[in-house]
Amino acid sequence: MNWLIDFFGNPDNWSGPDGIPVRLLQHVEFSVLAFLIAALIALPLGLWVGHTGRGAVLVVLSANAARALPTLGLLVLVVLLIGVGTIWPVLIPLVALAIPPILVNTYEGVRGVDRDLRDAAYGMGLRGRQVLFRALVPVALPLILLGLRLAAIQVVATATVAAYVGLGGLGRYIIDGLATKDYPSVFGGAVLVVLLALAVQFGFALLNRVVVSPGVRQVR
Amino acid sequence: MITFDGVTKRYADGTVAVDNLSLEAASGTITVFVGPSGCGKTTSLRMINRMIDATQGRILLDGQDVKQIEPSTLRRGIGYVIQQAGLFPHRRIVDNIATVPYLLGWDRKKARARAMELLERVGLDAKLARRYPFQLSGGQQQRVGVARALAADPPVLLMDEPFSAVDPIVRMSLQEELLRLQSELHKTIVFVTHDIDEAVKLGDTVAVFRVGGHLAQFSDPATLLSEPADDFVREFLGRDRGIRRLSFIPAAGVELSPPPPELVLEDGKPVGWKSDDGLQPYGSFNPGTDSLRAALDASLLSANGIAVAVDGDGKVLGVLAREALDGAISGGPGAARG
Amino acid sequence: MDEPLVRWDWIARNWDNGSPLAIRTLLENHVVMAFVPVVLGLVLALPLGLACARWRLLYQPVTGVMNIVYAMPSLALFSILLSVTGLTQTTVIIPLTLFSLAVLIPAVVDGMTSVPDHVRQSATAMGFRPLRRLVLVELPIATPVVLAGVRVATVASISLVSVGALIGQGGLGALFTDGWQRQFYTPIVVGIALIVLLAVFADLLLIALQRLLTPWSRARRSA
Repeated sequence: MNWLIDFFGNPDNWSGPDGIPVRLLQHVEFSVLAFLIAALIALPLGLWVGHTGRGAVLVVLSANAARALPTLGLLVLVVLLIGVGTIWPVLIPLVALAIPPILVNTYEGVRGVDRDLRDAAYGMGLRGRQVLFRALVPVALPLILLGLRLAAIQVVATATVAAYVGLGGLGRYIIDGLATKDYPSVFGGAVLVVLLALAVQFGFALLNRVVVSPGVRQVR
Repeated sequence: MITFDGVTKRYADGTVAVDNLSLEAASGTITVFVGPSGCGKTTSLRMINRMIDATQGRILLDGQDVKQIEPSTLRRGIGYVIQQAGLFPHRRIVDNIATVPYLLGWDRKKARARAMELLERVGLDAKLARRYPFQLSGGQQQRVGVARALAADPPVLLMDEPFSAVDPIVRMSLQEELLRLQSELHKTIVFVTHDIDEAVKLGDTVAVFRVGGHLAQFSDPATLLSEPADDFVREFLGRDRGIRRLSFIPAAGVELSPPPPELVLEDGKPVGWKSDDGLQPYGSFNPGTDSLRAALDASLLSANGIAVAVDGDGKVLGVLAREALDGAISGGPGAARG
Repeated sequence: MDEPLVRWDWIARNWDNGSPLAIRTLLENHVVMAFVPVVLGLVLALPLGLACARWRLLYQPVTGVMNIVYAMPSLALFSILLSVTGLTQTTVIIPLTLFSLAVLIPAVVDGMTSVPDHVRQSATAMGFRPLRRLVLVELPIATPVVLAGVRVATVASISLVSVGALIGQGGLGALFTDGWQRQFYTPIVVGIALIVLLAVFADLLLIALQRLLTPWSRARRSA
């Protein structure tokens, strides 16, 4: 508890390039960037694979492999291979880790839609794309959002670890604190990261409530 | 004998599922509870083995109040068959059938031998014993369900819509099978269905329930069809009640006319109706064994609507015109008693 | 880039050289820190999951808490615990147990939900008492779903242990920090490969276990 007071009570921690507002903003910035890139790649791909059924095996395999991949190892290897001039080398593993959950849940969501609904949509004369966006996506939305939420959480967590290879953000407090045995900083940083992750979690819960039709809302 | 004595089931929210039910299901007979959904027939059934406990009144099993018997012990002595068979997916067929014997502590060998015996008894191949339930058809699963209920040789069998989930042809053969088994075993069976045809086919006695858990009528099927207690029962029995009722009237009592010259015979057996276009088909029934329903069928199958009555050897006894059946189809109780 | 991705001789020299950074020692530590949380998680998730399945009102809040736990970054939890449990394996094992719980409680609840109601009913009607019904009927039928959850928890646990390297307890993850500090690819590649192999191996073992335990469910899938 004293550590928390030490950390949050210290005015130095609230201003300057190492201050909490700057670090928080950095963390959010990297996370949002990586998340958006991952979503831009994985959402259309997942919709396409789910709708056409092509490449489904690849999706499932990549998802399983991704779950086993150690975040830290991937991060260290990629950054070491490419070098640390810009933030892009750090973003690559972040994006790579965020893609599978979005891809798989989008694919599973679209594919899992009741066959009868799909047939009914075609039967009413909707075309392929209309079937996808008017019938399949709304029903698959809870699963798609679940995938996006898991990806966002994954990104926030990995961005914390990425401080180890030089990325800014809240992870710095933990990594630097560990290096200098500054435990108030480690503890304070960890609490901030947890709060950010919870904010993301609640944000998605809220989003779920707003965009998902009450007719298909699931308990998840 | 199972006795319902003023039994009422009222739920906490005030809904009355069964209202002051009193009836007796005689030992060694099939009693059918029939009625529309929400009429309390299943609730009544489940109160017998205490899956549901009555709010008021008593249910007696051979004179003993079921509330005096510990539920698990009571249930081990009562066979129970339900719509989806309720087989254990993780156990082989033989072990499914032997479930209650195992519970009762029989040794494994004896329990399995009993299971194999029952498998055969319900008309299934012994090689199915090693299979898992999902490897069987719906009809086969249902037979296993019946075998399982019979495993410990309980005197009482409760059946809750056991044949409702299978297709009509399989249902028919399961019904025949049940009647055959019952003629050998003489169990006290309470059978729940929403299908009035099934009820009159299987029941020695039929209890018609009305929504709200009231007993509308309790009688043998023939009486039920000929003398429905009120408009609800009449409507529930349906428009073809008259025709269905014919099944319960023996054809022995009808008055036959001598065979007309148009009926072509060979050795005293009919071969067809003479006409300008050659021989026309005929339908026949045996007044000694058949019901009036068979006589009606025979009349409908004949080109000219005249049913041919034959004896056990197929020789002509006489004929029956369609008009002669009309009285029985539309008539009141007098006609039914033939 | 003159440095090759993998130097095989380094692997041979460091496999079992007695140092605390020997690959074999790290692997053993990794296995302990990955599997203890799954086993603990399962032991805790069974009663909790059964309680949630029995009293549905309980499930909503428990799911809420587990969702929150699952959202917490592992590094943050390790760091917070560091002040309580110090530089020990416990610091890694506790958060990973929580993550396992977050996966396994819903798995147990889903498993119990997967028991068809008519099967439960007929068990009762045949005279099973509740405990016997649970052990002989419900749990066996729930097994495939629970084991699917165990597979997810195991693979995630194996992968997450390595983050512990940042607080000094990460099993094979130590190879990542070692490689980073020395700008040396081989330990990193070896670490990734071993972790993925360990995960695949554990997953295969669990699949084999599932086939052994639930032959009736394998048959259903192939049918």
